[in-house]
Amino acid sequence: MKSRTVRRHIRESFKSLSRNGWMTFASVSAVTVTLLLIGVFIVIMMNLNQLADNIENDVEIKVVAEPGASEVEVQELLKEVKETPGVAEVKYSSRKQELERMIQSFGDELALYKQDNPLGDALYVKADDPKNTASIANEISTYTYTFDVEYGEGKVEKLFNVLKIGRNVGLGLILALLFTAMFLISNTIRLTIVARRTEIDIMKLVGATDSFVRIPFMLEGVWLGIFGAVLPMTLMTIFYSKLYDFWEGRLQNQLFHLLDPNPFLLQLNFLLLFVAVFIGVWGSFMSVRKFLKS
Amino acid sequence: MIVMKNVYKKYPNGVVASNGIHVEIEKGEFVYVVGPSGAGKSTFIKMMYREEVPSSGLIYFNNTELTKMHRKDVPYLRRQIGVVFQDFKLLPKLTVYENIAYALEVIEESPSVIRQKVTEVLKLVGLTRKTRMFPNELSGGEQQRVSIARSIVNQPKLVIADEPTGNLDPETSWEIMKIFERINAQGTTIIMATHNKDIVDNQPHRVIQIEGGLITRDEHEGEYSNEI
Repeated sequence: MKSRTVRRHIRESFKSLSRNGWMTFASVSAVTVTLLLIGVFIVIMMNLNQLADNIENDVEIKVVAEPGASEVEVQELLKEVKETPGVAEVKYSSRKQELERMIQSFGDELALYKQDNPLGDALYVKADDPKNTASIANEISTYTYTFDVEYGEGKVEKLFNVLKIGRNVGLGLILALLFTAMFLISNTIRLTIVARRTEIDIMKLVGATDSFVRIPFMLEGVWLGIFGAVLPMTLMTIFYSKLYDFWEGRLQNQLFHLLDPNPFLLQLNFLLLFVAVFIGVWGSFMSVRKFLKS
Repeated sequence: MIVMKNVYKKYPNGVVASNGIHVEIEKGEFVYVVGPSGAGKSTFIKMMYREEVPSSGLIYFNNTELTKMHRKDVPYLRRQIGVVFQDFKLLPKLTVYENIAYALEVIEESPSVIRQKVTEVLKLVGLTRKTRMFPNELSGGEQQRVSIARSIVNQPKLVIADEPTGNLDPETSWEIMKIFERINAQGTTIIMATHNKDIVDNQPHRVIQIEGGLITRDEHEGEYSNEI
C-alpha cells in the first residue's frame, strides 16, 4: 500500500467520524461510560487485593525458645530457623524485650516478673509465601530449643481461604465486566456500521478491495477508542490522586494503604486505553467483515 | 467483449432468473436490455460485474472467465466496468467531487491525476458548479449525472446501467441519454436495462429482450415492442 493511501485512510477516517456525528457520539459515549465503570471497579478490586496482600504478609510465626536455654543455644535455634526452607525473615526479641512488651500491653502488675523473668527469648518468623506458614511452624516446632510455636493456627487458614475466594470473585467480576464492555461497545459500533452498510456495498461496487474498505473503518475504531478513553483516564487520574492524598494523610493503620498512584495510575490508564482501542478495532473489524463477506 | 454461454441461474428461493442464456456483445456496442419486471434483466446485468454468480454456464469478459473468478480478484474486474443504478447509489457522506474521486482512490491514483480526471468528467456531465454539494442537496437528475461521472472516471471499457432513467422525468431522462451517447461515441460499450419505451424507440440501438430468464428477441436496431 502506498504511503499516500495510508494518509488518505487516516484523513478519511477522521472525516467520517465528523460526518457521522451522532453515531460517533453514541460510540464514544458507550466507550466512556463503560471504561469509567471498569476503571472504578479495577481501583476498588486492586486496592482490596493490596489489603489482602498486606493481611497475608502480616501473618507471622512466634517461636519461643526454651526459657532455660543459654545464649549459645538460642543462637543455635536462630541459625536453624533462618536456615529452614521457606523462611524469609527472622526477628530476634530477647526475653527482656518480650517482658517489656507484655508490661506495655497488660499493665505494670507484670513488672513483678522483672526479678524472675519466666519468658523465653522469641523469634518472629515470616514466610516467603504466607501460605507456607503452617508447614514452617510445624517444622520449627520440632527443633530442640523450641519451647512453643504460635501462628494463629486455624484462623490463618480460614483467613487465607476467605482472601482466596475474595480474590477469585474480584477477578471473575473484572473479567465479566470487561466482557460486558466488549459486548456493549462493539455492539454500538456494529449498529453504526450496519447503518452504513450501503456505503460498503457501493465501495465494493466501484472496485475497492476488502482492505481498502476495512482500513478506514478500523482506524475509526481506533479513534473512537482513544476519544472514549480520554475522559475516564483523566477522571481516574484526578480522583485517585486526590483520594490517595486524602486517605494516606489520615491513615495510621499499617495494614491498609492505597496503591501508590505511581505506577498504579500509569498501569490503569494504559489498560483502559488498550481495552478501548482493542474493542474499537475489534468491533469495527467484525462488523465490516460481515458485510464484506455478504 | 461479453460472452455468455448457456447461463443458468436459480436463486435459493427457487426462482429461475436465467434459463440458459447465450449472448455475445461486441466492444463499442450500445445495447438495450428490455423486458417486463421480474423477467431476469437485473440478474442478467449483475452477472456481468459478478454481483451474482450463475448456477451453471460460462461468462467471459474480455476473455476472462468470471464464474470461477476468485473473490479477491473481483475488485479488479469492477475497475474495468462502470455501473449506474436507478437509485444512483452515491455515498451519502461524500461530496459530489469525493464520490467521483473515490473510484480513482481505490486504484491508488495520484491526487493530481484524480483532480484532472474528476474535473474532466464533471465537465462532461455538466456539474462543475456543484462539486462541493452532498448527494441529498442534488436533484434526481443531478445525482444520476454524478453516478454516471463516477462510472466513467476510470475510463472503463464497459458501462452497465440498470434502469438509469427509472426515477427521472422525461426531460432529465433525455439529458442522461445524451451523456450515455457521448460516452458510447468515445468507444465505451454500454449495456442498459430500461423500461423507457420512448428512449428505446427514438434512440435506436441493439435491443435484447428477456422474458422468463430467456432471450426472446435480439435485434440490431430494434424497438421496445408494444407487446411488453
